[in-house]
Amino acid sequence: MPRVTLIDHGAGNLRSLRAAFERLGAEVEVTADADRVARAERVVLPGVGAAAPAMETLARTGMADALREAPSLLGVCLGMQLLFERSAEGDVACLGLLPGTVERIGWAERLPHMGWNDVVAACPSTLDAALPAVCYFAHSYAVVPGDAAVVAAETEISGRPVPSAVAYGRVAGVQFHPEKSGPAGRRMLEAWLAA
Amino acid sequence: MLRRRIIPCLDVRGGRLVKGINFESLRDCGDPVDAAERYAAQGADEIVWLNISAGDEDWRGLLEAVERAAVRVDVPLCIGGGVSSVEQARDLLNAGADKVSSNSAPLDRPELIGELADRFGSQCVVVAIDAAADGGGSWSAFASAGRRPTGRDAVAWAAEAADRGAGELLVTSIDTDGTLGGYDIELLRRICAAVGVPVIASGGAGGPRDLASALEAGAQAALAASIFHDGVHTIAEVKQEVARCGLPMRM
Repeated sequence: MPRVTLIDHGAGNLRSLRAAFERLGAEVEVTADADRVARAERVVLPGVGAAAPAMETLARTGMADALREAPSLLGVCLGMQLLFERSAEGDVACLGLLPGTVERIGWAERLPHMGWNDVVAACPSTLDAALPAVCYFAHSYAVVPGDAAVVAAETEISGRPVPSAVAYGRVAGVQFHPEKSGPAGRRMLEAWLAA
Repeated sequence: MLRRRIIPCLDVRGGRLVKGINFESLRDCGDPVDAAERYAAQGADEIVWLNISAGDEDWRGLLEAVERAAVRVDVPLCIGGGVSSVEQARDLLNAGADKVSSNSAPLDRPELIGELADRFGSQCVVVAIDAAADGGGSWSAFASAGRRPTGRDAVAWAAEAADRGAGELLVTSIDTDGTLGGYDIELLRRICAAVGVPVIASGGAGGPRDLASALEAGAQAALAASIFHDGVHTIAEVKQEVARCGLPMRM
């Protein structure tokens, strides 16, 4: 049975994400304790809310350093954005595990980018088994990677593609909410657990 | 391409699903979590729960039901009705809601919208606007389940709510609500043109064609209650009709 450590950084709905992994047979531990994160095998960094308070909590608790060493890490929504170097949302330094920044989706017809959209494979990754898919998004910022090789999947927003999944070595992230994306989201989490 | 959304709406009282034409003759219709799970399996893109009584006991019942829903429902869940503080929104989000909708409280204290958006992000904040035509080509916003006039122009209020940080507007026409005669299309057109956030159309759906019309008018999502609850139409039927009109649906 896979063990998943879910980071509690104080914002939002952990219950749905936890349930999504439990439905797949995973044993889920929810924690805000850096020591536990340091010992974890598979870590999930969720994210609802804003980048600055989330980074503040991760830094203060020591979880930020533990996350940088995690053997396998999945960032979800804001959690994926925090994997990069810097976010324009609050102009805050993030974890810096992947090269690039997070910028506002200024060109969109409407913001937030809210609803179900296509997730199409880009560079080959472990998530390919679950692609293409239609998944649920709710965000106003998107990542601008410094290296196109980290982009595992893309999604079109008002005529321009943005990265909707990233993967590089032991680090992965999804901009959509797999726990809210029905069977398509379930397949995505399964692919990550199988990697 | 971003899909338009079809959203069934559940009226919930004390954690129980209820139905009724007026608030006096509410009928217990079971567990809202069962209904939400059923609709999600049938293709609902999102579920809206409206808490129709805000007493303390009802509130606790609601939170418990949301907790159970978060475990079983794998599409987004928006909870509204009686939300008037950051603490209440926090409780709902912690229980498992993805978004919180509020109608009267922001009309009484518009700063609440910014407080919610700063704390939880705009994507969690839905402002519900109940509007009635005033006969002179404009619409007025009402509070307290459509009973209390506020003197605000509904389109101007929609623009202000979006400026203050609402991530989505749930626009209900009091005139068409419950009539099954179709949404107030002109109201939707005006509000969609006035704001840069997604708009959910509500009030008046009598059949698949009505939802398609609301989406053609520019709404990103269409909400309906009785046509789904009474088994008159399925979500799949509605989606097929909307897709026939050339609008993107998640099938």
